[in-house]
Amino acid sequence: MTSAAAAGVPPAPAAPKRRKSVTGTRRTVAALFLLPALVLLGALVVYPIGYSIIRSFYNASGDGFAGVDNYKALFTDDGIRTALKNNIIWVVFAPTVSTALGLIFAVLTERVSWGTAFKLVVFMPMAISMLAAGIIFRLVYDQDPDKGVANAVWVGVHDTFAQSSAFPKAHPGRESPLVARDGGFITKAPVHTGEVVALPLVGVAPDQMPDGAQKAAAAKPDPAGITGTTWQDFTRGKGVGRLGAPDPTELGYSGMKIEAVLDGKVVATTKAASDGTFTLPAKADGALLRLPAGNFKEPYNGVEWLGPSLVTPAIIGSYVWMWAGFAMVLIAAGLAGIPRELLEAARVDGANEWQVFRRVTVPLLAPVLAVVAVTLMINVLKVFDLVFIIAPGSSQDDANVLALELYRKGFAEDQPGIASAIAVFLLLLVIPVMAFNIRRLRREVRR
Amino acid sequence: MRSSSNTIRTNRAVTTLATLLAGALALTACSSNDDKDGTESHSTTATGSGLSLPKLDGTSLEVAAVWTGQEQKNFKQVLAEFEKRTGAKVTFVPAQDPIINFLGSKIAGGQPPDVALLPQPGAIKQAVQKKWAKPLGAEAQAELAKNYSQGWQDIGKVDGKQYGVYYKAANKSLIWYNAKAFENAGAKEPKTWPELLTAAQAVYDSGVTPFSVGGADGWTLTDWFENVYLSQAGPEKYDQLAQHKIKWTDPSVKAALTTLAQVWGKKNYVAGGADGALQTEFPASVTQTFTGGDQPKAAMVYEGDFAQVNIGETKAKVGTDAKVFPFPAVGSTAPVVSGGDAAVILKDSKGAQALATFLASPEAATIQAKLGGYLSPNKNVPVSAYPNTVQQTIAKALIASGDDFRFDMSDQAPQAFGGTPGKGEWKDLQDFLKNPKDVAGTQAKLEKDAAAAYGSGS
Repeated sequence: MTSAAAAGVPPAPAAPKRRKSVTGTRRTVAALFLLPALVLLGALVVYPIGYSIIRSFYNASGDGFAGVDNYKALFTDDGIRTALKNNIIWVVFAPTVSTALGLIFAVLTERVSWGTAFKLVVFMPMAISMLAAGIIFRLVYDQDPDKGVANAVWVGVHDTFAQSSAFPKAHPGRESPLVARDGGFITKAPVHTGEVVALPLVGVAPDQMPDGAQKAAAAKPDPAGITGTTWQDFTRGKGVGRLGAPDPTELGYSGMKIEAVLDGKVVATTKAASDGTFTLPAKADGALLRLPAGNFKEPYNGVEWLGPSLVTPAIIGSYVWMWAGFAMVLIAAGLAGIPRELLEAARVDGANEWQVFRRVTVPLLAPVLAVVAVTLMINVLKVFDLVFIIAPGSSQDDANVLALELYRKGFAEDQPGIASAIAVFLLLLVIPVMAFNIRRLRREVRR
Repeated sequence: MRSSSNTIRTNRAVTTLATLLAGALALTACSSNDDKDGTESHSTTATGSGLSLPKLDGTSLEVAAVWTGQEQKNFKQVLAEFEKRTGAKVTFVPAQDPIINFLGSKIAGGQPPDVALLPQPGAIKQAVQKKWAKPLGAEAQAELAKNYSQGWQDIGKVDGKQYGVYYKAANKSLIWYNAKAFENAGAKEPKTWPELLTAAQAVYDSGVTPFSVGGADGWTLTDWFENVYLSQAGPEKYDQLAQHKIKWTDPSVKAALTTLAQVWGKKNYVAGGADGALQTEFPASVTQTFTGGDQPKAAMVYEGDFAQVNIGETKAKVGTDAKVFPFPAVGSTAPVVSGGDAAVILKDSKGAQALATFLASPEAATIQAKLGGYLSPNKNVPVSAYPNTVQQTIAKALIASGDDFRFDMSDQAPQAFGGTPGKGEWKDLQDFLKNPKDVAGTQAKLEKDAAAAYGSGS
């Protein structure tokens, strides 16, 4: 719709209506030759725009005049307002980032011998349809690090710095002597020297146990200290078995950290052996035993790229991936047209490379940069496919843009009136950008 | 079973390019070439139950439905049988959701398909109100009366006139579970809600997350809610809520949401947590339950019988690795929520009537039943036609429920409320999955969206 409108403007100045032209063509003949084009443009561009405008003043079923109600809905409906907000984010960031990246790529590749190869690679995504790119990025941003590349990298980096723990889902079973506190678990009653303590938990599957975990053993009482066992109190296929005592096949929590806490202070710590047994010195007498939260840290699951807060930036990222190449090629073409002497002169005058770039190259490229940015802006205003495909149903509302809302209102919610109003509104948004482009083109021609 | 039907017909692959709004997807449509002398001999042998179809050589029909993939392929085999029996040529038109809007544009363009399969009773009503649907003829009605229970006939009626033939049914009151995970946990198939929670706890204690929820698709969440609500509040309230005669702020809704929160809201009970579930689409929610050997991502996944199509994509075998139990009773009786697709005639003709008659016959349903992933409300389809015991159980349960089943509530609601991604009930329940503590807020939002959608009268 919006791009069609762009095509709809040029014929106006093209129709010569004042007098015979230089070649002496009569007006009727001129009109005759123009007729096919006018009919086509009228049927395919002018009529749809006109009808959309008319339709936007009618209600959902199309038989009652609704006045400006549909336009009022534009600014009161929550869905449309998020769409509007997101569209603004899109228009501000997507073209600027793409253009900036394109500029950097263009300037840098100009100086390396394999620049063409590099340009080819960066330009490659342009050969992919928006739909296919959408499907690719839906996978890239998948939450599961085993599927999504973005999270695989992120989690990989994160895990080199922070190890995840062995027992993320362990929790007290029925009638457990432990209660949850601060992400860990602590005994309800204090322990005493000579006592044998049982610290049973459940929820760790045998395959998830740390390597080297052995069958849990009951600890032997030690008159000079506190002994005990911490283990998975769950027999596969049988349930808990004997509650609070290790059954034959149950595994010990090898490597579980245990702290003795006396009056809020940690007085002793130990680690469980491979069969889950542990010993604490006599000074822990009367303390509460705590399995600190460090034992139970959830494995890091990466960034929620497609969650409500990041979904729009994530989709803009995929857009930049596609269009930075386009910007680069146009800017590279512009760059080739810059007179070398100017750059040389600046260098001779002692300017460093940054100054040359900032004070000479960019100002000379300004017209090209403007064209690229404006073209991308028009492109971004009507973005639909990427958002439609990448955003999962649950965050589609948060990623909403006007074109998508138009589609949803028109084809899913049966509100063609409001959909038409959105279309007209989009047209209004595109017009100033278009006008800018046309004026620039005219200036160019005059030069 | 498929090989036998393949030998009967000669195949000619006709490729049609269906450009869906979501993008261009190339679908290979396969329609069969009617070989006349072959047809004659076979049709006489195959017609055993006295289903008589007119000769329709030279007629061509279009059937529109939203089915894709395997489901579409299987349905085309049924159409092929119709072609073989009558000599008509039937083309499958792939439609997209919501089909009523798809048909709207087709009808506005003056080229409606002859028959469309509508997934919602609301859609049939809309089609009748807009004067798109044509009533069924005498033969089709006779066939329907012979094969369908009153309840299934009635939901195809609008203002007392029969419009729809429920060709396909869905039993949406099932919970699929990973047999191995249950065995490892020593859990038993639950019959009541508390038993379900006990089983879930046992599974959780064994080190497996109990539930997988495909929260990226809102409809799985509405189906969860409907089962709990139907069982807890009873069919009467269910019908009232479906028609928005009681408000969503009703205490019964609060009770259902609170019950639901016992599963959705419990830490580590939902695979991937709420955020993960909200990004899991329905197919993935099924496959992740049946992959990973002893350590699946989850032990149970709730959805209708059609989930087995997705289970088929994994190595798990339905009946041994993947088992199923009916949705447990939250209130006094276990719920039976069903869905279904009804064939509705949009262009009245002898051919379209014949096709509707054929789709109402046990012969048509039996063909697709044998191919799996399909359930027919037709009571004269032999149970043995279903390929495995699991499906036979599901089919038996559906037929046995007689007229006590309730149709999917969100399918009865206006599209804007019950059937639009990211809007209405879908979105509100997604928000609830994210924040299961906020029962009152969810109710208020549901009521606000429902009021807007029902009020606009669409």
